[in-house]
Amino acid sequence: MLLQQLVNGLTLGSVYALIALGYTMVYGIIELINFAHGEIYMLGAYMGIVAFSVLTTFHLTAPSSGATLFLMLLAAMLFCGACGVTVERLAYRPLRNAPRLSPLISALGVSIFLQNFVMLAQGPRDKGFPHLFIRGGIDFPGGRISSIQIFIMVTSVLMMVGLQLLVRRTKIGKAMRATAQDKQMATLVGIDVDRIISVTFLIGSALAAVAGVMVGMYYGLINFFIGYIAGIKAFTAAVLGGIGSIPGAMLGGLLLGLIEALGAGYISSEYKDVFAFAILVLVLVFRPSGLLGADISKRV
Amino acid sequence: MRTPSRSMPLRQRPLLRIVLASLWFGLLSLPLMMELQAPYFGLGRPLMVSVVVGLVGLLWWLASQWSERLRHVVARVVDTGGSHVRQLAEGPGRRLLYALALACAVLIPLGLNRYYIDVLTQVGMYVTLALGLNIVVGLAGLLDLGYIAFYAVGAYTYGLLSTRIGLSFWEVLPLGALLAAIFGVLLGIPVLRLRGDYLAIVTLGFGEMIRITLNNWDSLTRGPNGIIGIARPKIWGFTFSNPIHYYYLIVAIVLLTIFVVDRLNRSRIGRAWTAMRDDEVAAEVMGIDLMKTKLLAFGLGATWAGLAGVFFAGKMTFISPESFTFFESVIILCMVVLGGMGSVPGVILGAALLVILPEMMRQFALYRMLIFGGAMVMMMVLRPQGLIASPRRAIALRREDQARSAVVKPASERLGLPSRGERKRGTP
Repeated sequence: MLLQQLVNGLTLGSVYALIALGYTMVYGIIELINFAHGEIYMLGAYMGIVAFSVLTTFHLTAPSSGATLFLMLLAAMLFCGACGVTVERLAYRPLRNAPRLSPLISALGVSIFLQNFVMLAQGPRDKGFPHLFIRGGIDFPGGRISSIQIFIMVTSVLMMVGLQLLVRRTKIGKAMRATAQDKQMATLVGIDVDRIISVTFLIGSALAAVAGVMVGMYYGLINFFIGYIAGIKAFTAAVLGGIGSIPGAMLGGLLLGLIEALGAGYISSEYKDVFAFAILVLVLVFRPSGLLGADISKRV
Repeated sequence: MRTPSRSMPLRQRPLLRIVLASLWFGLLSLPLMMELQAPYFGLGRPLMVSVVVGLVGLLWWLASQWSERLRHVVARVVDTGGSHVRQLAEGPGRRLLYALALACAVLIPLGLNRYYIDVLTQVGMYVTLALGLNIVVGLAGLLDLGYIAFYAVGAYTYGLLSTRIGLSFWEVLPLGALLAAIFGVLLGIPVLRLRGDYLAIVTLGFGEMIRITLNNWDSLTRGPNGIIGIARPKIWGFTFSNPIHYYYLIVAIVLLTIFVVDRLNRSRIGRAWTAMRDDEVAAEVMGIDLMKTKLLAFGLGATWAGLAGVFFAGKMTFISPESFTFFESVIILCMVVLGGMGSVPGVILGAALLVILPEMMRQFALYRMLIFGGAMVMMMVLRPQGLIASPRRAIALRREDQARSAVVKPASERLGLPSRGERKRGTP
């Protein structure tokens, strides 16, 4: 029972971590809580289904091959990346110097818009995710870890390692860090800040897309509303780990997943969502810098 | 302070930009809008998006060609309209105007059928809610996304006290308002230290927690089934049954709300709120107790939601957690934002528009929230001060505009720091 809950919690947690990365990166760079980020994740899940049906309808790849899965993930990443960049361009960039309430309300508007767009375009009902890929699992005393859970955890870890390398080792990563530290100075040393912000949105959205496709595979059902609650939880994860900190988002995601799974398993599954909110409030009140976050005074 | 970007040459070719934008949006909408089973894969819909975006872009461009300052002209027209409304409301003839408005509010419904009266009652309810939220968001500058929770507190207070103990509407009305205010303060204490955007998400969390609790606490609230058979309001043996009775009741509540909110706005507390909204540090230096002022805003804002909630329960005689979702909070926020944060006539206009427009466009009911979302973004980008800007806020925004266009920018902007009024002192 305990082991099983741990496995479930880690699976869920790695998904939260992937989404949380998007929040934390955007916050780190322009200090905006991107309310629409959860919706991007939802778009990713839908794009996964669309890519699957295109691939299979035209017999481009065998339905349960690795190539299908790879192309689904790729399509979702590209699509969500494009959406993220567009949203930033239209709804956030014009407001960069506006009072702080404005971009927040604008982000809320984007979130409502995207949700309803998907509801209208794809219908309000739950959509089944193709169940074709990874089957089976490994039994261990006290529980079972399915292949899909392994896949989710491994993919998430790979993504996070990739992101960490990108941010720490590449030129663009350096530019991102510089922009996060000081936009004005970054401009002065020749960094195109607008472009770096776009890239940040692109990467964050692509990670959320991966999370969306994987959650679709895991639960088998998606609807236009999944982004809302997942977004809040991922935000909680980002805050828990220390918003603005990339390793913090990963840690926060995993912790939140564990807490939720254990809470649902041992206390009450009906109040599962309340745990996340309670953690959010507690962290913000008692340790607003989160677990790994630095300088409290600046962030909260 | 926009840095020159690579798209600079494109900017000089607006037609190309329009074409590219329309293609881009067509492409973005393609995956989710196409249907593989339909003829031509249902490509018509994304194509339509493309065409619409192109046409809108073209119109926008033509309009700006015809008069480069069209946007400013539109803004000025709305502005003067707004300031006329304000002048009327504040000028010497205001007593007459108020009397006229009141006479309209009292007499017009007599000639209307039940449906219209019902819609007007809704307007009244939302005006109360929006004015209450306006205290928190518009005056004190605290973004509260869980405002509906206080409405739920009011509604459930009456629902429970009426069905369990048999308290009457009039006894519960002040009780519900008081309880909502207490909830507001209680929720406020731990979270008000947080800066704007964190506050937003935490209040959202609180709102959801209350809804989830109402949904699951079966023994008390009967969960998703809700509470039925709530007593209608009675007065001296006369029971409210006809929609028009409720209408007059809500008119009375709205009048009270307008009166109190307007008084508050002009009072010492109101000025403290505005000062705090514009610059917390400066406000504190001037001797404003931030914590107390914020809690007052939260408590006084919640009071109106509680009142509206009791009224709602009395009118519907049935309540369930479904009525208190996050989207209700968002809609009320939209009313405040659309009308003009901090401006009482603006918020009333916003609430009226957002109740009446959807009723008028029943055939577009599906698109309602889509339009809402888009309108929120457009409003923020094009006219952040709302339809009728509040006088104080209008001044602040105009100054910010000038500061932005001035050659010498304030230090905070040059350094890319958070703008005035959002600067934050360290965590206490």
